[in-house]
Amino acid sequence: MRTPTPDPAAFPTRRYDLVREFTIALVLVVALTAGLAAVFSSPDDKPITLASWSRADPADFTATSVAELGGTSDTAQYGPPYNDTAGAAQKLGPVGLQQAAGVRIPIDTANDFVIRPLRTSPELPVVNAALAVWAAASPTRQQAWTGAYADALGKAPGGDPAKVAPGRYGPVPVLTARLLTLAQSGGLDGQLLTEGGSFYQTDYTRPLLFLSDGSYLEDKARAQHLGGDQWGMMNETGNFPGQAWLWLYTFWYQIDPFKSSGNADALVWGLMALLSLILVLVPFIPGLRSVPRFLGVYRLIWRDWYREHPRRR
Amino acid sequence: MSAPADEGWTGGWTGALRRRAVRRLPPEKLLPDTQPAYMASWIYVFGVLTVAALIAVLVSGGWLALEGPAWWHTSDVGHYVNSLHLWGVELFMFFMVVHLWGKFLMAAWRGRRGLTWVIGVIAFLASVGTAFTGYLVQQNFDSQWIAGQAKDGLNAVGIGAYFNVADFGQMLMWHIVLLPVVLGVLTVWHILLVRRHGIVPPIGATAPEGPEGDELPAEAPEGPGGTPEAPGASGEVRP
Repeated sequence: MRTPTPDPAAFPTRRYDLVREFTIALVLVVALTAGLAAVFSSPDDKPITLASWSRADPADFTATSVAELGGTSDTAQYGPPYNDTAGAAQKLGPVGLQQAAGVRIPIDTANDFVIRPLRTSPELPVVNAALAVWAAASPTRQQAWTGAYADALGKAPGGDPAKVAPGRYGPVPVLTARLLTLAQSGGLDGQLLTEGGSFYQTDYTRPLLFLSDGSYLEDKARAQHLGGDQWGMMNETGNFPGQAWLWLYTFWYQIDPFKSSGNADALVWGLMALLSLILVLVPFIPGLRSVPRFLGVYRLIWRDWYREHPRRR
Repeated sequence: MSAPADEGWTGGWTGALRRRAVRRLPPEKLLPDTQPAYMASWIYVFGVLTVAALIAVLVSGGWLALEGPAWWHTSDVGHYVNSLHLWGVELFMFFMVVHLWGKFLMAAWRGRRGLTWVIGVIAFLASVGTAFTGYLVQQNFDSQWIAGQAKDGLNAVGIGAYFNVADFGQMLMWHIVLLPVVLGVLTVWHILLVRRHGIVPPIGATAPEGPEGDELPAEAPEGPGGTPEAPGASGEVRP
């Protein structure tokens, strides 16, 4: 039978200056922080704007615009909280928390990312005419145009809109070409941010989702070893330690069944929630709470005590 | 003159709260100048180092907040303060993880210290959330990429509908107001619990002859230098 843990007050004491220890620790930590900051600095790679993206890779921007217009982009088919795409929500076993949370941040990619920015900027008659043709067409016709244009862009050398073979694309080439011009001028960044008529804005959901739908952002990230299969978010641009404490979270994405599962995010979050709960409740879980006794590292920590009290071990 | 009406007044809720607080944490427990003799290992330093690093993080973060979120992108001084904040966080997390492992290996939850462990682990999880939102509000490429990746995990379990990592304003509030308040409360609570229950004795240790109960040995007759001599122990706490 184990001895009940005695009160520390029952043990002999030694002198101990708590305030002095804390003061020394604070001075040391401040000095160490100042030194590390001076030597290693901190990363600050500039953000990618819609303007810089569209100038650096107009083909990727145009292909993404067509996907947004045709409703085939990742965001357009994401499901909750952005839209109601059937079957898109992830599940944790039988539990569909993503679906249950509902569409709380509604996004219609064709209107929000392409049509409305073009409507709210001063346009040439040809663009206004293209917008009118688009609005008058049925969804089936719209998808036929965007599908055909997306295929043609894929076949064109370098995805260059100027080299696309002639075809039945409706107003799509005019709309996406004008959106490219708008983006390259820097106007689209502001328009996506202020949709809804706001002056003050802090919500970057629309521009970030648009940017994430292209391959330009991901290519840049993979070059910095930030991909999901490269331990993702625990890394940081440059040779900085990043969020090393997320290693266990990113670890699961590197192994099966998680890395090949369509429900990987839900599974990993569920697992991490469970592991976190176990960590919180360690003192109350039989077996787990006895692990330190078996490991025996405590004998090193209190070696002075056990040396003086061998029979009380 | 209201004195006659106050006769017999014991302080009401205020007095009851004060008496309870002082009974649970008398000044000599809150700020002890002695510790049990068995407290002699470098592992004990990491709790104090964690608190020290947290203060460094709060001060550098407060400085950044004073100047506004975009300041450090355009100012050399700002960039250095941001570097202080980053390395303060790295040290804070490192010290805290070592502290957590140390307390696990010592089974420090023994002797009715379960709540101390629970609050400490929740503080660790709150720190992860705070650091994560910090990365989101850097306003640079890292923030963009982390937001894009993190939304999938959060959305998959329904959290993203309410905690939108692409909403800079919302994340800034979490980072500089909500989570620091939570972390501050948990930290203070954790430290008060540690002070109240004292440092956990070694595994299997039985109390040598000495005062029992809530009395502190410091109040017992003292040896030379004001310190009851521990068997085989001498000098300072630290090895």
